[in-house]
Amino acid sequence: MTSDATLTTDGLPPEGRGRVLLIACGALAREIIAVRDGNGWDHLDLQCLPAIYHARPEKIVPAVRAAIEQHRADYDRIFVVYADCGTGGELATACNELGVEMIAGPHCYSFFEGNKAFNALDEVTSFYLTDFLVRQFDAFVWEPLGLSKHPQLRDMYFGNYEKLVYQGQTENPELIEKARECADRLGLKFEYRFTGYGDLTAALRSA
Amino acid sequence: MSDEEDDIILSELNDEDLVAQMFDDLYDGMKEEIEEGVNILIERGWAPYKVLTEALVGGMTIVGHDFRDGILFVPEVLLAANAMKGGMSILKPLLIATGAPRMGKMVIGTVKGDIHDIGKNLVAMMMEGAGFEVTDLGINNAVEAYIEAIEAEDADILGMSALLTTTMPYMKVVIDTMVEKGMRDDYIVLVGGAPLNEEFGKAIGADAYCRDAAVAVETAKALVARKHNQGASA
Ligand code: B12
Repeated sequence: MTSDATLTTDGLPPEGRGRVLLIACGALAREIIAVRDGNGWDHLDLQCLPAIYHARPEKIVPAVRAAIEQHRADYDRIFVVYADCGTGGELATACNELGVEMIAGPHCYSFFEGNKAFNALDEVTSFYLTDFLVRQFDAFVWEPLGLSKHPQLRDMYFGNYEKLVYQGQTENPELIEKARECADRLGLKFEYRFTGYGDLTAALRSA
Repeated sequence: MSDEEDDIILSELNDEDLVAQMFDDLYDGMKEEIEEGVNILIERGWAPYKVLTEALVGGMTIVGHDFRDGILFVPEVLLAANAMKGGMSILKPLLIATGAPRMGKMVIGTVKGDIHDIGKNLVAMMMEGAGFEVTDLGINNAVEAYIEAIEAEDADILGMSALLTTTMPYMKVVIDTMVEKGMRDDYIVLVGGAPLNEEFGKAIGADAYCRDAAVAVETAKALVARKHNQGASA
């Protein structure tokens, strides 16, 4: 399996197998592969874009568009495994225009919880981490927010937050421990919630 | 900081070099140096409003452009804003005492469900820098909070910020409520936040979507001037 660091900066090229290409965020690679292989859905090939686009959502739409155009001739179908992710509806518009479907929801925290359940939560002051983000906490949270060089900024970012919620896709005591440390570093209370893959499984079944 | 920079003594620079150095210090988020620079210019007899616009707003405009162009990132912007805030807190009482120009009043806040506030704070600060009186409602604001504040403050402008796709539609709830209450046309409504765009601003009935703080200031000035002209001719 490709390393998290590579998924963050480079993504993952398609293997060139299967009839359906999934174009996904690098932060979802492990989870997609787990769901696919666990269900024996061999018709699904996977390409991931650099996960770090998370912090620059304006890069997502052009990159997804380019990937679709590059690969569409080689597959029967393409399915986009990106939620809106802060594109303000523009990713959905682009997919529509290109005749491609995508997973529903505003972001991965929502579809891992299950969009319906997430909607019903009243957790405005929670900060979420997924398995990927716990493993990549420094690369996705600590460093891009400049907290190693400027620890005094922490409370300007997180002063209005109360707790860190770790949404576990897997049950992994090591990750739970690491997530607890992340909460400490951010000065937030900690909560662990096992979500599993949420709406991702159904989305991949329909892909 | 490099040794070279250590050697610079702000008080020994002439006005022009000092302002240039303050641009650099603001860019580097050096709060204490900015505070020192502000104090020096005031001692040299600069009007507080001139210090604000030429040294602080001027420097922060460069930061804003480089953020827009992807040269600076969120932490640098936050540090620069923090440094500017240091300078502003010295200037604020002086501005009031010297009767600096008043451009109008703005109420600003992040919408319900959203607690992102870096961009909103930056807009609030640049609006203050441009001579607007700003009431900042903070984060997670329900429609009632906005309505109460614009009425209580007799504001000219309502500004709403949202960074989440799930919270941006709430702006329409606020505008629709203003329409229902027959008060929509009494205010200029500006909206902003990274996931928004011009089309969204139009669709929800805002007066303008503003891409960044500099655009917010220019738009606010233009719309307030228009509002006053209309008022005069009506
Ligand atoms: C920094 C950040 C955070 C910080 C916020 C700290 C704080 N105190 O604000 C932290 C890390 C805490 C955070 C938390 C979360 N975040 Co966040 N965050 C960002 C990030 C990286 C940058 C936002 C920012 O501050 N930019 C800097 C400022 C200067 O720019 P700006 O906000 O755009 O403001 C400018 C303009 O838009 C405009 N403007 C802004 N407001 C207004 C208002 C008016 C009136 C006007 C005229 C103009 C204007 O002028 C500003 C200055 O030039 C964005 C990604 C991105 N690049 O946008 C994600 C992003 C917005 N976050 C996101 C998410 C999902 C979250 C969380 C749910 C994540 C989590 N793990 O829990 C929580 C939110 C919880 C909540 N209830 O609000 C998503 C949104 C996805 C979506 N579908 O909507 C994004 C897009 C990242 C992503 N791709 O997933 N976040």
